[in-house]
Amino acid sequence: MARMLMKGNEAIAEAAIAAGCRYFFGYPITPQSEIPEYLSKRLPEVGGVYLQAESEVAAINMVFGAAGAGVRVMTSSSSPGISLKQEGISSIACAETPAVVVNMMRGGPGIGSIQASQNDYFQAVKGGGHGDYHNLVYAPASIQEACDLMAKAFDRADYYRVLCMVLGDGMLGQMMEPVEIKPVKIAEYDKSWATTGWDGVSRPRAVINTLYITVDELNELCGRLQAKYKIIERDEVLFEEFHLDDAEYVVVAYGTVARIVKNAIENLRAQGIKVGLFRPITLWPFPMLPLENIAGQARVKRFAAVEMSAGQLVQDVRLAVNGKKPVELQSFLGSNVPGPGDIAEFIRGLKTA
Amino acid sequence: MSKAIFTKTKMLTDTPTHYCPGCAHGIVHRLIAESIEELGLSHKTVGVAPVGCAVFAYRYFNCDMQLACHGRAPAVATGVKRSRPDTLVFTYQGDGDLASIGNAEINSAAARGEKICVFLINNAIYGMTGGQMAPTTLIGQISTTSPNGRNPEVNGYPMRVSEMLATHEGAYYVERVAVNNTRNILGAKKAIKKAFEYQQNGHGLNFIEVLSTCPTNWGVSATEAMTWMEENMLPYYQLGVKKDKEARQ
Ligand SMILES: Cc1ncc(C[n+]2csc(CCOP(=O)(O)OP(=O)(O)O)c2C)c(N)n1
Ligand code: SF4
Repeated sequence: MARMLMKGNEAIAEAAIAAGCRYFFGYPITPQSEIPEYLSKRLPEVGGVYLQAESEVAAINMVFGAAGAGVRVMTSSSSPGISLKQEGISSIACAETPAVVVNMMRGGPGIGSIQASQNDYFQAVKGGGHGDYHNLVYAPASIQEACDLMAKAFDRADYYRVLCMVLGDGMLGQMMEPVEIKPVKIAEYDKSWATTGWDGVSRPRAVINTLYITVDELNELCGRLQAKYKIIERDEVLFEEFHLDDAEYVVVAYGTVARIVKNAIENLRAQGIKVGLFRPITLWPFPMLPLENIAGQARVKRFAAVEMSAGQLVQDVRLAVNGKKPVELQSFLGSNVPGPGDIAEFIRGLKTA
Repeated sequence: MSKAIFTKTKMLTDTPTHYCPGCAHGIVHRLIAESIEELGLSHKTVGVAPVGCAVFAYRYFNCDMQLACHGRAPAVATGVKRSRPDTLVFTYQGDGDLASIGNAEINSAAARGEKICVFLINNAIYGMTGGQMAPTTLIGQISTTSPNGRNPEVNGYPMRVSEMLATHEGAYYVERVAVNNTRNILGAKKAIKKAFEYQQNGHGLNFIEVLSTCPTNWGVSATEAMTWMEENMLPYYQLGVKKDKEARQ
């Protein structure tokens, strides 16, 4: 497909189709409704199924059923809807059925706002639902990156049999940018575990299960999940470095906020301030080691987490920096999108602090 | 030479069930399993187990199975059927699972006319968690959360699920049956088989409510349970076809 000007939500929906997704179950909520709207038209054209569920609870459980049947399936929502989906997200992690969930974050708590926010960071990376599990969480900063990460999300979901979440925000969903939906080479994975009807001979009977009633059984499941997560932590970390070679001040930010930080950094650099950006692309697994290594470099004086939430990202930054350097926080609350000037002023303040 | 006059259906595994003596879950399992086998559809069946006493149904039905969260079986079944339209999909749910926490999922699946079969096993109580009040618990019936008997002033009235679902245009076939005696068991089998045939012919939603027993939490003996059902449940939950779009045509 050629480069086209597309709205974030629609581009993500088209990227899902390019990645082989043919099944979508969802429920309308701003600022992501263009994803279900677009797919309700497009999926039938490519032989897929779009179904509007009665609720986010039902939608994620439909995803669970279809994922258990072995197809590429996704849902999307925004913060309050993602809260409702946690029951199914925990089940999907437990049953190890591959699925993709997009969260276009809006401000909370409660019904909150319909504008962009990053306040679901904890929910996305620290659990969200009950139990010891993780989702692989991707945080795109542009529409192009969001589209590329959709392909990756479907692939990694199948490969590891995990739920991959693409964590955007209202800005990413609503803005328009030139984007190319690239053709995806879809890898084939063994799905003989899927419930497709059993002839009694060609494979074992398929059971998609989340019940482990004895301590030994559950212990074994949890051990297996944790071993898988260790491999993901080792192999799937993604991040971007921007002007870090000589940086004395390191800003850590993700998603659309990281783009605004880049603008601030360009301005500060023009004024001779040596500041760079470390942008996690995977939020879980969080790039702990790369960040720790940066913290160990003598010229680096301070870190600053800049986030549209009240100190969520900063906790992982502090874990990674591990006391080696001071870590400051600039929080933007209540869907209050920062301008590059706000961030530049904060970073200048670090220098004099 | 001796000749076998009865063999257990291959659609049930050899795993011993965990159900209490006098519990009718086992009877309903057998009726569903036999129906699928007799229709020759075992190889394309996907069952969805509930949260409730039948949570281990995935160990007993000898076909591909999924276990849904509490009440969500119709949503899970929708996901399976929509993505694999050639499968024969059924859910097996208790009355707490289906009529309380899963009320939205079953009503919406019925309204959509999902081409699946749903079996509601109504024993008027929460079995698995130890006998709490269900939406189907009868007026005056004692449960661990209605210790003085269900009081409509506080708890409202028992829900007639079949009648409710029959109001949906999307419901294709709705029947309430019971498994209290041989005649009714044979009738239940006929209804279950018809539900699968309808699905096989591309129709849905097909819903069979089976009046069942829970001697353990009713506080009666295994043998008294059937009588308890007849005396208490049958008058309120009237048996019969509530809707059959095929018969109407
Ligand atoms: C989300 C959730 N809430 C509550 C429970 C606890 N729970 C397990 S089974 C059950 C009730 C089952 O009763 P019913 O559906 O009538 O089936 P029965 O056991 O009588 O066959 C409840 C409340 C649960 N497992 N999950
Ligand atoms: S508790 Fe009741 S429903 Fe559960 S197995 Fe025992 S008799 Fe059956």
